[in-house]
Amino acid sequence: MTTTLHDPTRPATRATTYREALREAHRDAMQRDDRVFLMGEDVGRYGGSYAVSLGLLEEFGEERVRDTPLSESGFTGAGIGAALGGLRPIVEIMTVNFSLLALDQILNNAATLRHMSGGQVSVPLVIRMTTGGGRQLAAQHSRSLEAYYAHIPGITVLAPATLEDARGMLWPALQDPDPVVIFEHGTLYNLAGELPEEPEPVDIAHAAVRRAGTDVTLIGYGGTVWRALAAADDLAGRGIEAEVLDLRVLRPLDDEAVLGSVARTHRAVVVDEGWRSVGIAAEVSARIAEGALYELDAPVERVCGVEVPVPYPKHLEDAALPQVADVVAAARRAVGDYA
Amino acid sequence: MPSLGADMTEGTVLEWLVAPGDVVHRGDIVAVVDTTKSAVEVECFDDGVVASLDVDPGTKVPVGTVLAHLTDADGGTAVAGPPAAPDTHAGDAAEPDAAAAPAPAAPPTATRLPHRGGPGRISPLARRLADELGVDLATVHGTGLHGVIRAEDVRAAAASTPATGAASPPVAGHDAPARALDMRRSIAALMTRSNTEIPHYHLALTVDLHRTLEWVRERNLELSLAERLVPAACLLRATALAAREVPELNGHWVEDAFRPAEHVDLGLILSLRSGGLLVPAIAGAEELDAVAMMTRVRDLTRRARGGRLRGSDLDPPSLTVSNLGDQGVESVAGVIYPPQVALVGFGAVSERPWAVDGMLGVRPLVTVTLAADHRATDGAIGSRFLKALDRALQDPASTMEQKER
Amino acid sequence: MTGTAADAATTTPTTPGDPARPDPVAMLRQMLLIRRFEEKCVELYSATRIRGFLHLCIGEEATAVGVLGALGPQDAVVSTYREHGHALARGLPAAEVMAELYGRATGCSRGRGGSMHLFDASRRFYGGNAIVAGGLPLAVGLALADAMRDRPVVTAAIFGDGAFAEGELHESANLAALWHLPVLFCCENNLYAMGTSLKREHANTDLAARAASYGMVARTVDGMDVEEVRAAVDEAVASIRRGEGPVFLELQTYRYRAHSMYDPDRYRDKAEIEHYRQRDPIALLTTRLLDGGRLTTADVDRLETDVAAEVEAAVAAAEAGPTEPVADLTRFLRTHPADAGQGGPVRASGPDEGGAP
Repeated sequence: MTTTLHDPTRPATRATTYREALREAHRDAMQRDDRVFLMGEDVGRYGGSYAVSLGLLEEFGEERVRDTPLSESGFTGAGIGAALGGLRPIVEIMTVNFSLLALDQILNNAATLRHMSGGQVSVPLVIRMTTGGGRQLAAQHSRSLEAYYAHIPGITVLAPATLEDARGMLWPALQDPDPVVIFEHGTLYNLAGELPEEPEPVDIAHAAVRRAGTDVTLIGYGGTVWRALAAADDLAGRGIEAEVLDLRVLRPLDDEAVLGSVARTHRAVVVDEGWRSVGIAAEVSARIAEGALYELDAPVERVCGVEVPVPYPKHLEDAALPQVADVVAAARRAVGDYA
Repeated sequence: MPSLGADMTEGTVLEWLVAPGDVVHRGDIVAVVDTTKSAVEVECFDDGVVASLDVDPGTKVPVGTVLAHLTDADGGTAVAGPPAAPDTHAGDAAEPDAAAAPAPAAPPTATRLPHRGGPGRISPLARRLADELGVDLATVHGTGLHGVIRAEDVRAAAASTPATGAASPPVAGHDAPARALDMRRSIAALMTRSNTEIPHYHLALTVDLHRTLEWVRERNLELSLAERLVPAACLLRATALAAREVPELNGHWVEDAFRPAEHVDLGLILSLRSGGLLVPAIAGAEELDAVAMMTRVRDLTRRARGGRLRGSDLDPPSLTVSNLGDQGVESVAGVIYPPQVALVGFGAVSERPWAVDGMLGVRPLVTVTLAADHRATDGAIGSRFLKALDRALQDPASTMEQKER
Repeated sequence: MTGTAADAATTTPTTPGDPARPDPVAMLRQMLLIRRFEEKCVELYSATRIRGFLHLCIGEEATAVGVLGALGPQDAVVSTYREHGHALARGLPAAEVMAELYGRATGCSRGRGGSMHLFDASRRFYGGNAIVAGGLPLAVGLALADAMRDRPVVTAAIFGDGAFAEGELHESANLAALWHLPVLFCCENNLYAMGTSLKREHANTDLAARAASYGMVARTVDGMDVEEVRAAVDEAVASIRRGEGPVFLELQTYRYRAHSMYDPDRYRDKAEIEHYRQRDPIALLTTRLLDGGRLTTADVDRLETDVAAEVEAAVAAAEAGPTEPVADLTRFLRTHPADAGQGGPVRASGPDEGGAP
């Protein structure tokens, strides 16, 4: 994979990957703020399950690159406690599948303590986790449960899809006084591309148009942004100009960006690896219905994960997850291209 | 290049630990590969002698690429293949899988709800555009799924016809003065056409409403506040019954011939506060008793005033009623909406002297008028219509409730 | 001379005990305050002035007073949903706790938490947590922060025997022992997890032995004797402050009342309750102080009068307290710059100076 998003006119860039961009973001944050530390399963000696933290142990030591037992609830709760105690923890949960073991801590404590205490405490915690399928890891390693977290008031949910966001989202997330959950799609770690020598700050409040278009808006996040971009390429060959909107922030959703894009194109296709029922795509669709009904020239299309546990064999996994061809087909239906 | 992780699609040979001619055994470490996650040692799965190293250190190759060839230790036939990666991997074309498994009949992701397209369906944007551009949706040809009217169809219609002659005046909107002007023009064109083309004749009949009003009063005792009747509902009910009884007045004059309508679709002239008129229709009015009629009128009036009429509300009526009773006038000499052939007018209900059985009394009276198209009917038919209407209002107990059917 | 001890207690009614010098009279007064406060709660609940769940610790006052009195203001506390006693023993003003039960803006959690979620960040009291064992990982994290910053601080995690059946307890015990963290695990073993007895819930009911298996010091203590509790906690806190790692104390206690206000209480017989009433922590200490000549019955009467007045004042203040405006429903969901320093109970004296560290 190669990013097509980077503007070649920018000066002084260098080749990197999503994984390295994340690693740099950690290094940078830990250098800038000595309250920042990373903990999670195998983040230290192993170098991170996805090698994001490779080399950080040597640089920052065991205290700040802290291996934990396989105790998702315990160490996530410890992250919350450490945040209450004045530190700025980054908790890495290996995958969203395992995060369910920590859901009590995230929902009942991280997201709740501030309001329930009448505003006495804040929980400045960042939780990172891998999400998504596409790697033949079968059901219990392939889920996309972003919607579970985006459902919870009191936390911010981010989905970096690009190198810029992989590099840039961590620091503002750490600056946020309240909990932030960051979802990294498992297929993106090897994403290669260019980043400026001097990283540019990014916000963690807005969606971003990754490709401008006039005929239909393809709305995705994380891993599906790239499928939407590939679909847009295909559609361009058919004379359909698709706009690709990267949600970036799953909670709170950037309504203005979504509704604004739909107002331009009058058609929307929401691409979401999560299950179709009661998910992110459902929420985005509902907001379009609420806020842009009279802009719509066709029903909103959703391209979502099929409602089964993701199976292991490649042909079944492919069938279970939104593919570029599915996005193209949905977009063609939306614009009325029935040829 | 072996697959050394689920997300690995390519790798870089960092170092060879063997050279051509070296004897290797199953389990020996033969190379170091960078997977982008880390440097990983690559082991050999066969015994043999290294015949060739096919990828230079520093070179990045996709998973599955042959890195080296071995020969049998005894110098025999070549053992083909890479030192590892015995199976396929994510980055490869999934031919074995495709061969092994039948392709699904339909993409399972297409579990969306079916779109209910079809003629008469209009996208929200198309409806809004039609309103803004003054396009009569009834004249628009839909090119969407099974004939759904979409924005581009409305634009095409707007481009091909100037915004005049709209049978249904537009529905609410943002640019009120411009809209009012459009509406005025549209009414002007339509009424000019009516007066130019249609030879009108006019009939009038004064009707005693005391039985109807008494019935309304009693009926209202049984009804909830939200359902309460006003006399106008009975006038409409009586009109619909009369139109069914005298079908010659219920229909359209098209291509020099009268075409009776299948149902009584009663057009209701509503004047807007902002000026101008709306003529929404109560479809199938002959099926509605007074209470049902009241509900429909209330609903229609509310939506019309709120600018939220539906497309079906603006379907062309078969007969139109102009009730100017609220305005206090005694009678209406109506102008027919082409291509209809009649218009029924009601003046104000007022207490007036009225002779009954030779005695002078005071009764609530209404003057009902009929404007009819002389091409389609003559005065006798018009008179029959008015008498039928009167009859209905004299026996409310049997006509205002839906009993016959 | 005995009178001066009681006087000292009345002049500083709600501050935590001095960790360096246990004062049995002050402890008696605190236990009385908790007991009378909760008895008042029963009355107010019956009169529907207080609603929701109400978990009372009547009978368990010695554990609250013995544990909290041994901590200093720098130490942190994480508690459960049966935490009125912990909060009062930590020094939260009775008026703010009562106002919280009333759901008033003057409550210690601004009325948003109620009985199960008493918070006071200024006293490092990080809440009643209504998820059994849900507060334990927080305690580990608070201690981790202190350890990483080299602060000589203890975090006390208070929980019941029911928590032993939850994974979060075992994860937390392992983490604290593994990382050698300054956590004091205080298990109030009242023999019942809601309505299920310890022996019907655990194959091995020796909780201290199970805690010890994680590699930490673990002791069993008579939780009905406040002086024993205090002595054990003093020793544990000293060892933790010396950097000797976490300590587990099983405080064997008993609640006289139901799990929550009006449970059917079918799961135990009256004889058992009566048996423990004979070892009532307040009666135990009162008798000891009377017998030892530290107090006279007149002193005890004065303590009672004094405590009753404090409870009545708390009720009056709660009744008079304002409610939060509905417009503020979603306030404090997230940290808003405009809310800096505005959290915590509405106080006549101005905004709380506490808040997030």
